[in-house]
Amino acid sequence: MNQNEEKQKHAGREKMHLLLQFLKPVLPFFAAALVFSMLNTVFNSLTPQVVKMTVDSILGEEPLPIPQQVLSGLGLSAIFEQPISALLLAACAVLIVAALSGICSYLSRMGIAKGSEGFVKALRDRLFSHIQKLPFAWHSQHQTGEIIQRCTSDVEVVRNFVCNQLVEVFRTVFLVALSMGIMFSMNVRISLIALGFIPLIVLYSAFFYSRIAKRFRTADEAEGVLSSTVQENLTGVRVVRAFGRESFEIKRFDEKNERFANLWIHLGKLLSAYWGIGDLMTGLQILAVIVFGVLETVNGTLTLGGFLAIVSYNSTLIWPVRGLGRILSEMSKAGVSIDRIAYILKAEEEQDPPEALEPPMDRDIRFEHVHFAYEGVQPVLQDIDFTIPAGSTFAILGATGSGKSTLVHLLDRLYDLPPESGRITIGGIDISKIRRDYLRRNIGLVLQEPFLFSRTIQENIRAPRPGAPLEEARRAARIACVDDAIEEFPEGYDTIVGERGVTLSGGQKQRVAIARMLMQKAPIMVFDDSLSAVDAETDAQIRAALHRQLGRSTVILISHRITTLMQADQILVLDNGRIADRGTHEELIARPGIYRTIYEIQMSSDDRALLEEGGDSRGV
Amino acid sequence: MAYEEKEYTKSFEWKTWRKIFPFLKPYKATMWRILIFNLLCAGVDILLPLFQRYAIDNFIEKNSTEGLVRFALFYAAVIIFQSISAIIFTRGSTRLEMGLGRDMKRACFVHLQTLSFSYYNVTPVGYLLARVMSDTNRIAALVAWNFFDILWAVTYVIGVFVAMLLLNVQLALVVMLVVPAIAFLTIYFQNRILHWNRRVRKINSKITSAYNEGIMGAKTSKTLVIEEDNARDFEAVTQQMRTSSIKAARLSAVYIPLVLLFSAMATAIVLLRGGSMVLEGILWIGTLSAFTSYAVNIFEPIQQTARNIAELISMQANIERVCGLLEEKPQVFDSPEVIARYGDTFHPKYENWEPLKGEITFEDVSFRYPDGGEDVLQHFSLHIPAGTTVAIVGETGAGKSTLVNLACRFFEPTSGRILIDGRDYRERSQLWLHSNIGYVLQSPHLFSGTVMENIRYGRLDATDEEVMAAAHAVSADTVVEKLEGGYQCPVGEGGDRLSTGEKQMISFARAVLADPRIFVLDEATSSIDTQTEQLIQNAIAKILQGRTSFLIAHRLSTIRHADIILVVRDGQIVEQGTHLELLRKHGYYHQLYCKQFEEEAAARALHGEAL
Repeated sequence: MNQNEEKQKHAGREKMHLLLQFLKPVLPFFAAALVFSMLNTVFNSLTPQVVKMTVDSILGEEPLPIPQQVLSGLGLSAIFEQPISALLLAACAVLIVAALSGICSYLSRMGIAKGSEGFVKALRDRLFSHIQKLPFAWHSQHQTGEIIQRCTSDVEVVRNFVCNQLVEVFRTVFLVALSMGIMFSMNVRISLIALGFIPLIVLYSAFFYSRIAKRFRTADEAEGVLSSTVQENLTGVRVVRAFGRESFEIKRFDEKNERFANLWIHLGKLLSAYWGIGDLMTGLQILAVIVFGVLETVNGTLTLGGFLAIVSYNSTLIWPVRGLGRILSEMSKAGVSIDRIAYILKAEEEQDPPEALEPPMDRDIRFEHVHFAYEGVQPVLQDIDFTIPAGSTFAILGATGSGKSTLVHLLDRLYDLPPESGRITIGGIDISKIRRDYLRRNIGLVLQEPFLFSRTIQENIRAPRPGAPLEEARRAARIACVDDAIEEFPEGYDTIVGERGVTLSGGQKQRVAIARMLMQKAPIMVFDDSLSAVDAETDAQIRAALHRQLGRSTVILISHRITTLMQADQILVLDNGRIADRGTHEELIARPGIYRTIYEIQMSSDDRALLEEGGDSRGV
Repeated sequence: MAYEEKEYTKSFEWKTWRKIFPFLKPYKATMWRILIFNLLCAGVDILLPLFQRYAIDNFIEKNSTEGLVRFALFYAAVIIFQSISAIIFTRGSTRLEMGLGRDMKRACFVHLQTLSFSYYNVTPVGYLLARVMSDTNRIAALVAWNFFDILWAVTYVIGVFVAMLLLNVQLALVVMLVVPAIAFLTIYFQNRILHWNRRVRKINSKITSAYNEGIMGAKTSKTLVIEEDNARDFEAVTQQMRTSSIKAARLSAVYIPLVLLFSAMATAIVLLRGGSMVLEGILWIGTLSAFTSYAVNIFEPIQQTARNIAELISMQANIERVCGLLEEKPQVFDSPEVIARYGDTFHPKYENWEPLKGEITFEDVSFRYPDGGEDVLQHFSLHIPAGTTVAIVGETGAGKSTLVNLACRFFEPTSGRILIDGRDYRERSQLWLHSNIGYVLQSPHLFSGTVMENIRYGRLDATDEEVMAAAHAVSADTVVEKLEGGYQCPVGEGGDRLSTGEKQMISFARAVLADPRIFVLDEATSSIDTQTEQLIQNAIAKILQGRTSFLIAHRLSTIRHADIILVVRDGQIVEQGTHLELLRKHGYYHQLYCKQFEEEAAARALHGEAL
């Protein structure tokens, strides 16, 4: 009938399903927490009864509410003969009840702690490993900050919901039911008055919090904006100074700062009005209970002890009820957060069919009429067709955006080639039939902007084979010409890189990444413009060392530095996603085309003349 | 260099606390208002159980309802009065919190604009950001709320004791016996809970950075096939988190029932002692009920105060950090005479500024980085006539930026002088010099906003046409046109929605728009492909005409036409001259240059070509 409603129902069920999936293993903890929390409430509700009994029957003349037979059965009748010993008993009862409720409170809190920590750990672990396994296409479509926020803030909201709110809601409902039950059993009229306020108070705070939620978000965002304004200023300090833009920056900062402060001041005004009015409502409710309690007591329908008990039940009830409104409105926040987390978990991980192959990889690589387009964008690669003979060195030259890196992404299956867009084969086997991790383990790939983990350098280099001996990592570092640089750090190979440690230069990073790749001992190696930040001299050194080392590996070099490419067995020139030219260096400089143009730009003729002069003199 | 945050576990220091007084001054009236209405609230809270006592003693015990309406109205009036006081004081506190936070943030930010690069070089941005944002927020919140909460609680507790003493001395003393126990318990547990909470927060930030790495490094993890390893490492951290969180929770789970037990003890004592007094006829039941209320109510404020005081004391560290930042002295600053004549950074006196021609002279300059041990420049002299192009070459990390940092007065010479247009540059203001510099960095930095706004950063009063002209001059317009929305395309935070190449093009246009006399290009073209680079090279050549410029590059083909080439090795200038001179010298420059061609030569030799 109503599609929207259906959809919402479905979404609601999905949310519950997700929540339950992680809650299930820790459900016993929560069940125990709930039971003990209820017991705690029951014990707490006994104290006013003790006070009532004391006031009415020990200090007053009312008969004991306990039948005489029970008393004598427990051997307590003697005690109640003596008012002092009866008082002592009442005092002990207060302490015992407090001790029992204390134990229950401890057990219930521990149950919640263990349950919710177990829950949140499972959720965090799952999110992390799931994100690791999501296809790269997913990663490139999402902002890092956004995902992190979902994994941290949203998880925190859900944790808060599970840890503080879930049990609390049950407890409050139980508390209200229990206290109200007792109050009704004692006096219906006062209870009705007390009860009358409760929906009012709950609705008032629920309404207020749902109304104010948007303002909270706006104010939070303003803080985010302010914070990133400061951050940008600090990271861009060189630019600010070099342009002498300090005043401009302060003006910009002031605007954001002022807005942030004003939003919160405004929010504070609303909040304080809310608190004030809430206090007033609560106070009036207590007043009403007292006044009507007095009337009832004077009329004789309530004892003095009963009056005191009702007043105290009412006061233990009123605060959790006020909290309930807030919790109810915050529960909707948890719902939003669960959705945001579910969005990540719903994305599909990379998977291999069970029949995936693990063929030998030291074979020819073939791109057969490959077409590719990133989602919805115009084609990046068109009719790419070439063969890389096993053991040869293959170079790719092309301008930024010509599709060089896409080739690599496809080969490593960071992106999968859609059906009917050609094939990529290794040794004649379509790589889409090869197990993904096997394929990647056998392709050593150094990216243009390599990523190092904030661990020690040796851990970084040994990442592909954590068990490998340190000596092997050093050997790899030497080949990548980074051993000396590493040894210069005070902690050597144990230096931590990244935010918490040493900042490496772009070139050093690239070289560490090369060393790391070498640890893979892969039969296929790909250098995706991975020496761009290294100066020419080091570049040459590394290539020489690599050359001695590579042996029978198949090497793919991507660069726009001719000196890096020219020794390759074959060079492919990419232009706008198409193969523009191919051949050896000599063939390519012999004919007009992109390659020769670039070559000539990079080495203008007068310098070459000079260089040759230099070469001659060296030869002498 | 790892930047370890200092641990502040020092004992209480009045000297530190006094430092926030200047910030409080503008809020004196607000603070008085908060104080008065806060204490009024506390007063009402003390009175409330007495209403109950009155009701019991005057209506219930006397079995009459005479004056009940008056009682109810008066009670209601008191509650209304309290609610209004609460509104006034919470409003005041919010205003104080936000105002104080805003002022401190501003003070930090303004001060940061004057600090030198030597400070920025050794201080991570994250650290500074935390000072400006979190520390100030915390100080403001603690001053505006905790401080007054403590006053409220102290007033309340004292008031309750006074009331109890007035009602019945003996019973009051009995209740007081329990107070030290609670205070002791709270201090004992609070310290431990604080400790574990701190640990939990630390692990939490570890988790956040683990996610950050897991996501940023996703591509790398995939290519290395180490997803499982990463997940295992991560699980170890979340396990730590679970253990620590449960430990913290266990402490609270023990502490809270214990406090309640003590509170029950007080109730029990009141019941026992008070009850027998009622029996003896020396205490009225209404008073007994007021006592039970007090005995229950008093413990929450005591607990809270112990917690609040602990928090307030820990604020000393926040004050120290914020004030430490504010007291940081800039290494490079203008003398009072210079400020008098040229104005400071925020109030420049443009009318006194001489035009800058761009002649730069290094006179016997020695330099050592403030955090470094040895001189990176020794008795260096160089005359750079206006309009000269100076190229600085050398290996990555050899210290090529030092000279530029000195020439731009981001650092000042340790000894010797640098003259601009014949006068020591310390005789004129930093802003004067910086307003005449165009700077394009290796890793270009853009600000959130549109492309247009970013280019305009070079000259704030430039028209749209001028901005576009500047973009055109460096061929950035072709890049901009490809962006969605063209010049109105938002660049994202730090420009991260653009590629490095695009960012460089835009930062280039920005520098050109500034029309500076001195131009610095710091490996500015390294991420642009060769063909685009050629476009820029041509543009640069045009733009550099008539300006003094510094080019820092490791690709030697880009700096051939420089008037002076300085060759840097291990932080020292080892050679200097023109391209041809240096090549003929057959020194280090020649060596560097040859390396780029060596393999080509080797390849040609292999194929039997004559050299």
